[in-house]
Amino acid sequence: MISLQARAEPSKLMGFCAPLIALLVTLLAGLLLFAILGVPVGQAFYAFFIEPVSSLYGLSELGVKAAPLIMIAVALSIGFRANVWNIGAEGQLILGGVCGGAVALYFYEVDAWYVLPLMTLAGILGGMLWAAIPALLRTQFNANEILTSLMLTYVAALLLSMLVHGQLRDPDGFNFPESRLFHAAATLPIIMEGTRLHIGALVALLLVVVAWVLLSRTLLGFALRVNGNAPRAGLYAGFAQKRLVWFSLLFCGAAAGCAGLFEVAGPIGQLLPTISPGYGFTAIIVAFLGRLHPVGVVFAGLVMALSYLGGESAQISLNLPVAVTGVFQGMLLFFLLAADVLINYRVVWRKRPQANSGASL
Amino acid sequence: MTTQTNSHETALVEMQGITKSYPGTLANDAIDLTIYSGQIHALLGENGAGKSTLVKILYGLLQVDAGSIAWQGQPVSIDSPAQARALGIALVFQHFSLFDSLTVIENIALGMAVDANKELHQKIIDVSSRYGLLLDPDRDVYSLSVGQRQRIEIVRCLLQSPKLLIMDEPTSVLTPQEVGELFVTLRRLADEGMAILYISHKLNEIKTLCSEATILRDGKRVATADPARQSVNSLAALMMGNEVASVTRAKRTPSSDIKLQLSGVSLNAKEQHGVPLKKLKLSVSAGEIVGIAGVAGNGQDELMQVISGEAKLPNAKMLTINNQAVGKLSPGERRALGLCCVPEERLGHASVPGMTLSENAFLTAHHRISLRTAGFISNGKSARFTNQVIEQFNVHCNGPQSLAASLSGGNLQKFIVGREIEQQPSVFVVSQPTWGVDAGAAALIHQSIQAMAQLGAAVLVISQDLDELMLITDRIAALCAGRLSQVYPTRDVSLQQLGTLMGGASIEAGAVA
Repeated sequence: MISLQARAEPSKLMGFCAPLIALLVTLLAGLLLFAILGVPVGQAFYAFFIEPVSSLYGLSELGVKAAPLIMIAVALSIGFRANVWNIGAEGQLILGGVCGGAVALYFYEVDAWYVLPLMTLAGILGGMLWAAIPALLRTQFNANEILTSLMLTYVAALLLSMLVHGQLRDPDGFNFPESRLFHAAATLPIIMEGTRLHIGALVALLLVVVAWVLLSRTLLGFALRVNGNAPRAGLYAGFAQKRLVWFSLLFCGAAAGCAGLFEVAGPIGQLLPTISPGYGFTAIIVAFLGRLHPVGVVFAGLVMALSYLGGESAQISLNLPVAVTGVFQGMLLFFLLAADVLINYRVVWRKRPQANSGASL
Repeated sequence: MTTQTNSHETALVEMQGITKSYPGTLANDAIDLTIYSGQIHALLGENGAGKSTLVKILYGLLQVDAGSIAWQGQPVSIDSPAQARALGIALVFQHFSLFDSLTVIENIALGMAVDANKELHQKIIDVSSRYGLLLDPDRDVYSLSVGQRQRIEIVRCLLQSPKLLIMDEPTSVLTPQEVGELFVTLRRLADEGMAILYISHKLNEIKTLCSEATILRDGKRVATADPARQSVNSLAALMMGNEVASVTRAKRTPSSDIKLQLSGVSLNAKEQHGVPLKKLKLSVSAGEIVGIAGVAGNGQDELMQVISGEAKLPNAKMLTINNQAVGKLSPGERRALGLCCVPEERLGHASVPGMTLSENAFLTAHHRISLRTAGFISNGKSARFTNQVIEQFNVHCNGPQSLAASLSGGNLQKFIVGREIEQQPSVFVVSQPTWGVDAGAAALIHQSIQAMAQLGAAVLVISQDLDELMLITDRIAALCAGRLSQVYPTRDVSLQQLGTLMGGASIEAGAVA
């Protein structure tokens, strides 16, 4: 009989291995799924995992997709460590894109150095504004930020849709729901010639370092971790919990808003009704896959970026539906949560526990 | 009192060679325990000796690794509490499982899975009057004292007419008067033929109440003795082995320099069943230890929060530290002024279970001790301070990187108390300093507290343990329903008088000279 036995203390090794186990099982389950769908397994594996990263351009695209995931996931993991469950990074990302994009359109064809910094600032403030709403509701009325931040995502998506159908629509665009294409001064610098890899990748790495230092070396980071681990101990030590909630949400809003602006000012280059393939939601998986650690998030971000690329590649070469990306991401989170049990429990094989009967008589 | 020696009779329950291990520890190591009907049998041992594990096995909450249980001579296997109850075993837990917002009868009905009808109403009144356990079935539980709540649990057990009643540390939450009443009830039950397994580490109680005692130490049965023929010292020696610790009362000369003053501290209850504080007046001088007695739930938590700064006062002047009004300051600001506090709950309040000792040291010490370099947390400095605490307070652990949750209760308490004392506060406030810790740790903590008072700190000890308060305090008061009694010199107050104070009456009105 298989049973789970509690460990005396959590296993560090398993904390490290659980994501790898989850990845492996996801891979096997994915290949099984392909086999059931009648797709040649070898071909599917190649299309999904190898082909997307077999060229320099492919690798640069991996960076393009990973950058927003890492930026948002790093910020989310800070909040998650502090027991602040911001599920609405997607909405904050959209608001960042909307606000920064609006600045770009306002300064349309103004060829000045300050346009891009202004857009970035607007994007960051937009994201923070959107995150400030759940923060206010949580600290003033004790409203659960999971619900409020999630619901605000849909409001943000509709706001973007309204604007690209109305005020921000391209006047010469034949009524298509799109803004003008941003001009050169409002577009992110490319860091690798001939690709779409933009400066946002560097910003993401910088953010990783900042978050790492913040969490491990500053009083604020310490307070955030204590609050997540034992809120009453935080009160006893004198950490103001409301301020920690505000910080967590605003920091994440800023990062997501910035990531949103980088999307519209980078790979997209204009405002569209949809500016993100769910980066804000996928970043939640990235944060957990990366063990809520800034460095872990970098690797997890690359893995999840590959799931986007692999999904696209599988659509093109194998005619698989777009849903395959979501299936992979979902399976990964599912198996990760299951594998996490191994951190606190070990699997043992044993016979049925013999009660008193064995020893007596 | 029934002191029968029923060796010729069949034992009611006979546990043999009970062995149970958890990851990392052997909680019960081949323990034998035999109980006869009509006997009050003590299970004596320190915290961590294996008493709870043994009881959980007897009540079907845990399964043994090895060993056997015989019930009235028949071998049985007790797989669940339901089966234990069916045999006739009832257990009164140390921590009650009652719903505050329901009435007494509703709680009893829920526990027995029956309807709260007239018949049950009558039964409760019958049982409670028969055994002197006065109880109104229609009262809401939240309005009852802890002693009354315990009666609910006992009545609930008695309604099932058990053959064996297990009581787990029943007096830890009672005033001396309530303890006396409980003993009368227990003796009557034993006279009627019920067996009682009485779990405790209080030697005096066991000497007065029990006819036989099984003594556990480190998971092993070290002796079975007749408590009446043993002295408290010999019982203690059996229970604690070589580490019999004794703390002597140190001589102190309190000054008139008031360090901590509460002048009319009032605070409304924050939670529904919280206790409002009503005009508390108290002052603690340098070099003095003042004790606050009282049964838990009479405002101790609220008082601690008000002093530590977790709860702010409506008026800053209600609380002064070194003559400075601090009622509206944050905990950190109060620490900087010289106030260090240790709340009752070790894990999750005084320490973060999932963090290392080093991080837990930083948690409160960074206000008074330089543990940062250029604004950034210095792991080296934290580790050095942590090592200092570990050495000074003899904390058994694997160094500053051990998780707080991995320490035993006594060691963690030594670490927490040590962490605060090593910050050299001028005012030290501690709640339940030795709750659930072994005797060695308790002695060390008592000595340290006295030592810091000798060095001129003002110390306030909030505790349910009256022996502890009698031992180390200079002056003493009691907290009852959010009101503080007058403060008396400890040497002028008897245990009985203290019990009167804990019940909310004044000594004068209680007519005790």
